[in-house]
Parts: sequence; structure tokens; C-alpha cells
Amino acid sequence: MAQLDYVAPTTTDEAIKALGGGSARVLAGGTDLLVQMRAGRVKPERIVDLKRIPGLIGVRQETGGFVIGAATPGAVIAEHAALVRAWPGVVEAINLIGSTQVQGRASLAGNLCNASPAADSVPAIIAARAIAVVVGGKGRREVPVDAIAVAPGRTSLAADEFVLEIRLPPRPARSSDAYLRSIPRTEMDIAVVGAGVSLTLDAAGVVTAAHVALGAVAPTALLVAEAGAAIIGSRLDEAALERLDAAARAACRPISDKRGTADYRIKIAGVLARRAAQIAHRRASEA
Amino acid sequence: MSKRTHISATVNGDPVEFLTAPSTTLLDALRDELQLTGAKEGCGSGDCGACSVMLDGRLVCSCLVLAVEAEGRRVETIEGMAEGGQLHPLQQKFLEHAALQCGFCTPGLLVAAKALLDANPDPTETEARYWLAGNLCRCTGYDKIIRAVMDAAADLRQAQRVIA
Repeated sequence: MAQLDYVAPTTTDEAIKALGGGSARVLAGGTDLLVQMRAGRVKPERIVDLKRIPGLIGVRQETGGFVIGAATPGAVIAEHAALVRAWPGVVEAINLIGSTQVQGRASLAGNLCNASPAADSVPAIIAARAIAVVVGGKGRREVPVDAIAVAPGRTSLAADEFVLEIRLPPRPARSSDAYLRSIPRTEMDIAVVGAGVSLTLDAAGVVTAAHVALGAVAPTALLVAEAGAAIIGSRLDEAALERLDAAARAACRPISDKRGTADYRIKIAGVLARRAAQIAHRRASEA
Repeated sequence: MSKRTHISATVNGDPVEFLTAPSTTLLDALRDELQLTGAKEGCGSGDCGACSVMLDGRLVCSCLVLAVEAEGRRVETIEGMAEGGQLHPLQQKFLEHAALQCGFCTPGLLVAAKALLDANPDPTETEARYWLAGNLCRCTGYDKIIRAVMDAAADLRQAQRVIA
């Protein structure tokens, strides 16, 4: 690597200034960035390490919801008991990313901004209707997380913008979520398909709200509104699950690659959406 | 040549200072500047775990940490595991169970296994296998490693009971 400048600002304003001009990259956990730099796929002139900005590492509860600092590693997220209770699907998705070592560094916002179509945490936080708080030279904006990635490896962020935090909304009673992925082995692999489901039940066990998101079946993770709508008003009976399965399959636009064919991905997307919905339903019944 | 930055950190309990370029990994700084060559480079991409160290109490791959990030931080490596001439129980059990052949993965596995037992003194075999899934060993087939870790865990629990 040629000239490389490293800065570790302690305020968001300093970080925004450091990102402006020249080719700079944000560093959180580094588990994607340092690998990409080593492979020569990205050649930044400056690295802006966000981890010394107060609040960037940690989880806090605010107005009924949760705020996860952009650089918070998976291991820290998994230790937050209230977050695990409220959003078990989001936490299980984050904890599927890489090894114990990777969990010690890899962050939720990093997984989002790396913009891989197969990122495990992304379908879960899309189904959760999470909001990314983005800051930059033009100020602060709140972006639904499904609008961050625009193509594999590309985001909607401007050069001087970065994600400050991810916000998970307040949780009504009898709500829960789940994330499932398919990989050919039991650990340490990239999703062939991922499915996140978040739902809310009424006292009779009828689904009153539902969001379904799929990963690795299109250039970006997808929010599948039709799949969520397919189970609203049901008790997740077989007819509702069949509608969910069909809506999930209809949304898929996958490629065929060494991990799986397009046809396989489409079929598995329906299966995983069903199973994730059933797990979320059971968790919500017990919540 | 990139400009070099002065870094102060704590390594295995001792204050250390070194100069490093911004693109140098913590692994390379440990090995080349501090002559702590226990952590190894296997893959350089966070897949093999041979470079495992503790950074502020978290298990990480030192190949995926920049040395400049260590400013003011606490690093623990395999070199800090034995106390004086006394091997850590995990190290002793790795010898007794012959849980290594070439030895390249061993420092990383020991650091990772110690992190497991510090967090969870009574892991199931499944928990131990998942925890260590990021440490690749191409010699042993893992069975002896898992036996050594489970045996060390049992001994450490026994020692705790004796102290209590």
C-alpha cells in the first residue's frame, strides 16, 4: 500500500471533515475493509476510524426502542439482554456473521454498508424496519435500512457521509422476530439465502403486523411487502404460510453461482420465510 | 514510504511503545516490532484464527486490526499465557492430549480457548466447537483439541472449587 493516512476523530464533525476530499474509507470493525484493502479491491488514501467517537460503540434504550452505535461489534450486541429479548431475530442474524474473532470486531453498520447482497444482519434489520441515522456535510438524515445498499458493494451514502447509529423501533406487546439462513455447512459460511421475519400478534394470536425481508436472492436484500401482507389477519395456518411462501418466491431475482442455482435459491427463500415466520410467531406468543 | 506513527499500548500487562506505518496490521507490529512471534499469519483475511489475540478483552484476529488502532489499548497474546515457568492448564492439556502436530494453529487456538473458558467455564462440547470454529487446524481433525479444551475446563472448575 502506498501513502495511507489514518485518523481517529473523536467527534462526528471531525469525522465528516476527514471524509471529505480525496478517497477516504470509514473504519469500524475492519473485517471487510482490511480484507478488501489487502486484496487490492479498495485503495483508500485515508482511513477514518470511527471507534473513538463517543456513542459509536454500545447499545442504549431510548424512547422505547434501541439505538445501536455504528461500530458496535456483534459480541457486544449479543451481551445486551434487553435487546436479545426484544429482537432475538436481529441478534441471531448479527451473530451468524463470521467467527468468534470476527464477532469481536464486525459491526452492524459495517455489515449494512459493505452492501453485500448476502449480509446476514441486513434482512433481519430490514424486517425490523430499522432506521440508519446518517450524518455528513449536508447534515443529518434518517434512512430506512433497506435504502442504504443500492447494488452489490455500493451504497446510497455520499462520500462524506457515514452511518452514526442504527435505530430499532419500539416494540408492541406480543411482537418478535426470527432470521434463518441456508448454508451448505453448519458455521462460517456466506448465506445462499437468508430470510428475516418480524411480526406482532393480537391477544388471540392473529398476526396484526408483519414484515418479511430476503437476502442473497437479488442485488440487494429485499423488503417483500406482499409476503408480510400475506400473513396479516391469519393465525399462520397452512393457507397463510402457502401465500407467504409464494409471495417470497415471486420476489426473488437471484443469480446462479457456486453456492446455488437461481431455482434452488427461489425455492429455499419460500421455505426459509415460512420457517422464520413460524419461529417469530412462536416467540411472539411467548413474549 | 508512509510516515510512521508512535503507538503506546499495553501488551501482556507491560507498557510498550513502537513506531508503525498506518497500513501495518497489529499482527505484523507484534511480530516485527515487538518480536512476539507466537501469533501467526495463516490467511491474512480473518478466516483461520492463527493470529488470534485479545484486544481490550475481546478475541480478535490481529491480521484484521491496524497497529495504529492499538493506541492506548490492552493487548494479550499467547506469550502472556504461561505465568513464569508455569504453563496455563490449557497449554498443559494440549501437550497431554497431543492436541497439535505442526503447531502453527496452536497459539491462536490456545488464546481462543482461554477466551472461551474465561467467559464460560463449563461449555458443552458443541459450544466449544462453535466458539473455536474460526480457528482452523489442518493436522489434528480437531478431536484432540476439543478433548484438551474440555479436560482443561474440568480441571479449572475443580481448581476453582478447591479455592472456594
